[in-house]
Amino acid sequence: MTTKQLELTANEIRQTIIKMLVEAGSGHTAGPLGMADVFTALFFGGVLNYRAKEPNWEERDRLVLSNGHINPVLYVTMSKAGYFAHKELATLRKFNTRLQGHPERTRLPGLETTSGPLGSGISQASGMAYGLRMDGKKLQRVYCLCSDGELQEGNSWEAIMFAGKNKLSNLTVIVDRNNIQIDGNTEDVMPLEPLAMKWQAFNWHVIEVDGHNFDEIIGACNQAKAIFEKPTCIIAHTIPGKGVDFMEYDFRWHGIPPDKQDIPGDPPKAVQDRVALDRLRTLNGRIRSEHE
Amino acid sequence: MNKSQHLSNKLFRDDIEMLPIRKGFGDGLLEAGKKDSEIVALSADLVESTQMQAFALKYPDRYIEIGVAEQNLVTVASGLAAVGKRPFVTSYAGFSPGRNWEQIRTTICLNNRNVKIVGSHAGVSVGPDGATHQMLEDIALMRVLPNMVVVVPTDVHEAQKATLALAKIQKPAYLRLAREKTAVITTEKSPFEIGKAQILQSGSDITVVACGPLVYEALKAAHTLTGKASVEVINSSSIKPLDEQTITKSAHKTGCVVTVEEAQAAGGLGGAVAELLARTYPVPVSRVGVHDRFGQSGEVQQLWQEYQLDAPAISAAILATIEGKQK
Repeated sequence: MTTKQLELTANEIRQTIIKMLVEAGSGHTAGPLGMADVFTALFFGGVLNYRAKEPNWEERDRLVLSNGHINPVLYVTMSKAGYFAHKELATLRKFNTRLQGHPERTRLPGLETTSGPLGSGISQASGMAYGLRMDGKKLQRVYCLCSDGELQEGNSWEAIMFAGKNKLSNLTVIVDRNNIQIDGNTEDVMPLEPLAMKWQAFNWHVIEVDGHNFDEIIGACNQAKAIFEKPTCIIAHTIPGKGVDFMEYDFRWHGIPPDKQDIPGDPPKAVQDRVALDRLRTLNGRIRSEHE
Repeated sequence: MNKSQHLSNKLFRDDIEMLPIRKGFGDGLLEAGKKDSEIVALSADLVESTQMQAFALKYPDRYIEIGVAEQNLVTVASGLAAVGKRPFVTSYAGFSPGRNWEQIRTTICLNNRNVKIVGSHAGVSVGPDGATHQMLEDIALMRVLPNMVVVVPTDVHEAQKATLALAKIQKPAYLRLAREKTAVITTEKSPFEIGKAQILQSGSDITVVACGPLVYEALKAAHTLTGKASVEVINSSSIKPLDEQTITKSAHKTGCVVTVEEAQAAGGLGGAVAELLARTYPVPVSRVGVHDRFGQSGEVQQLWQEYQLDAPAISAAILATIEGKQK
């Protein structure tokens, strides 16, 4: 896909995220919108090696979503990639759905793990990377997406230490550095900076990118493939709630869907989703039409 | 004694062999590793005392040192299982599954990953290290998790057989091991199967269901009561799945039950048997185990006496329970 096509795809994914969250009546908004570009780059920018119709294909790369609460963006992207039908997205968080409120591997083919409780994704991804290397599968890579807030978990650093020690060069972790968590901004709740230096100190190769710039995201993923002897951490600086001006940067949109709660200064509850979709459609005027 | 169990011919003799249960795990893992190249072993800085050393030396490429990080221990194992490995992870039971229960719940049980968690140094018999290192709550913690198999072997032979059996099943499992040398009561010929309890001695007045190193104390208690009470002694090393049929059938025959374990009776084997019989055949159940207390430093016999876990305490519980049944 061209950069323009990727941008349009990410925008469609954002639209669908908003629609499915409204339909579900609960769920997380800011993270999924903020990570739509990264997921688009991974699935449609030539980064991930996968076969949607053959989810257990032996040679696939593994994608571990550590911060399971942003799963709307994963579900929408997977659906768009062909893992399951678009209409199933309407079942998010509903009884008997395969699209559980937090991802459950055993319910939906294509999910690599079950997640939600924070801090254990990097460990699992490290185990996968280690195991693949044991089997001599040098071309397969493991991608772990995690949030910045979950780097406050001790388990995260246990894993970062382990992967660094073992030089897991087939492991790439992408940190959603959006600076928010449920209770506020990360630097107020529990500061993480200097974040890049911390990863470097644990023997990781670190690349910082604009998490909305496709060339930078894809470039960093390609660079990671060329790094031997070290795992790679891509710190993707993203805007939480990206694309919807009244949600952007606001930690209060971390864990609620549109129409759930009046936030001062935002559109009233009854029209939040409509306003959000309208503004998204044009990305504040930058894109005039999906078909342009 | 039940001949089909092929128990040691040195039972109740002073020269009965004493070996650590955990050694059976070490031997079993080595053997399982020989048969199955997908088996990998992970330790959290306790490779020797958890008896993983022999495997680590023989198969260095399949041994992974995690360091002092028990949450990482089980979650890395979950990842390894995801790509087809069959990991065994060891630590002291107080730390794994003590410290990393949520990771076990989510990334192993809910995710349904084939990881074997081996908790060593369980029970008060750890001795001088004291309460922090005497894990008593692990059976309860593991038993309550969906998908999890829980096995508490009685001696070195059973630990070896359990390790080999667990290596073959594609499920999450917990294997509980004690530290000190304990009486070797079974032999290589003794039957073992996950989900099966063994009637070591038949009796008609009371059923004693025991697990772990205290099975021998239960046998000794039954032995000292010869002539006073006819005691059926069952070794239920498989806590989950529990052998419901054997235990219920025995309760039908005897009309009362004593459970025996070196763990918190609440939620442990005692909890499991009480829950079972409440559903299938309610009879008086007494639970020998630790009751809402922590352990402390001391020697094994001192501690078993203090916590009322030794043969005399079990005898007393047996007599009191039979008396209670007759009222």
